[in-house]
Amino acid sequence: MSALHINEIKKYFGSLLVLDGVSLDIAQSEVVAVIGRSGSGKSTMLRCINGLEKIQSGSIEVAGHRIGPQGGDLRSLRKEVGMVFQSYNLFPHLTVLENVTLAPKVVKGVDREEAEEIAHEVLRRVGLAEKSGAYADELSGGQQQRVAIARSLAMQPKVMLFDEVTSALDPELTGEVLKTMEELADAGMTMVLVTHEMGFARQVADRTVFMHKGKIWEQGASEDVFANPQTPELRNFIAPNLK
Amino acid sequence: MAYQMNFAPVMALAPQLAEGALNTLILSGQAIVAGLAIGVVGAVGRTEGPRWLGRAVGVYVELFRNTPLLVQLFLIFFGLPYIGVRLSANAAAIIAIALNLGAYSTEILRAGLQAIPRTQIEAGLALGMSRLQVVRYVVIVPALRIIYPALTGQLTLTLLGSSIASAISATELTAAGARIESTTFRSLETFLCIAVIYIAMTFTFRFIYWLIGLWLFRRKAPPKPSLIADVTEVSRAGA
Ligand SMILES: Nc1ncnc2c1ncn2[C@@H]1O[C@H](COP(=O)(O)OP(=O)(O)OP(=O)(O)O)[C@@H](O)[C@H]1O
Ligand SMILES: [Mg+2]
Repeated sequence: MSALHINEIKKYFGSLLVLDGVSLDIAQSEVVAVIGRSGSGKSTMLRCINGLEKIQSGSIEVAGHRIGPQGGDLRSLRKEVGMVFQSYNLFPHLTVLENVTLAPKVVKGVDREEAEEIAHEVLRRVGLAEKSGAYADELSGGQQQRVAIARSLAMQPKVMLFDEVTSALDPELTGEVLKTMEELADAGMTMVLVTHEMGFARQVADRTVFMHKGKIWEQGASEDVFANPQTPELRNFIAPNLK
Repeated sequence: MAYQMNFAPVMALAPQLAEGALNTLILSGQAIVAGLAIGVVGAVGRTEGPRWLGRAVGVYVELFRNTPLLVQLFLIFFGLPYIGVRLSANAAAIIAIALNLGAYSTEILRAGLQAIPRTQIEAGLALGMSRLQVVRYVVIVPALRIIYPALTGQLTLTLLGSSIASAISATELTAAGARIESTTFRSLETFLCIAVIYIAMTFTFRFIYWLIGLWLFRRKAPPKPSLIADVTEVSRAGA
């Protein structure tokens, strides 16, 4: 059974067709990298998956929750789908611990003690157990992004979406975030990650999807996609990245 | 010949001044609580509510921000009896001042809500929160932080603006002054005393706002390097 099922979705911004009939089936514990040029619709696809953008046709199904052009039970779906953004988006007025416990408490109704237990556990997973009392502006970008991952993990999602989560980081800080993601992948998390880190996609993702002009242009096992691109568009896209 | 100040006749009526001051505190305190409640509902309604609610709030805000408070007070005090609502002068004053403050604070709070980046709201939504939960847990405190000086400034104006309730002979401080002046004929002395009492009250209120701000935005001053070290030390010890 697939963990995430995307069926022929179309997304317009005004008259601009940004997703042109995208379909994707992602299995439990599968890690899928999404690559493509700027403006090809990668972020939009992720945002549609958890309902931050409305789709105009098609449907999305996660863990029995379905959304379509008419919407759907967005909140139930979002409980199962974690999302991590390029700009971290930690809540600046809350401590690390409060950032992580907030959603379990208010969305799931978990009591404070249990929420903090969960928080300590996920913060340990991202290697930041000792930062629970800090505020976002006291952390480095890499640390903030790992807290954002922990915050998402605390909701125990079935699928996690990552949108260029290392793009805003200084090069020397990307490593720690990629390592955290690799550990998640190894632990069996189902993941969709939009990335410009071709090496990481090739190494960690089971499958790589190349998006072009709002379509899934080409996809396959990561090794094949990078070693053996079939379309000229993909060849052109990865050629400079391989140097 | 220079005017000889004589405060004695005014001081003899100090209890009346005290009573007026107390009434001003009660009147504006009630108007501030009600006005802020209106402001929160108005701002959230205008930014998050259905379109008709946003429109209705917009009309209310424009009506009250484009007419003088004194006229609003007269309309409520003299107008409401025509539709069968009879109000004491003090009740009419509280309602008028609360509605006036409600309109201004709706706009101030709305500016704060809108200053919060979309990405913060999306982060909250992506965690499964409802829109109202996002407003309550993610948006409100940073928004208040941005507009806190403007909001507390408005509250000070409200406290001082309560003096116009004297126009319908509500029993607040300025009205007490007018009464004292008419029995002592010591206009200057009376209103100097009144001014000093207003200053004392506004400073007290501003001190209270400052304390509330410290609590609301606790530990959110930009951290000093030494503080960061302390925080990590403490949490390390606790871990
Ligand atoms: N809110 C919006 N309103 C209008 N157009 C939008 C909006 N968001 C995205 N677009 C357009 O949709 C297209 C796809 O954007 P998207 O952000 O999905 O691209 P992307 O593949 O993530 O690119 P990048 O690599 O630069 O992040 C672009 O042409 C973009 O201009
Ligand atoms: Mg993008």
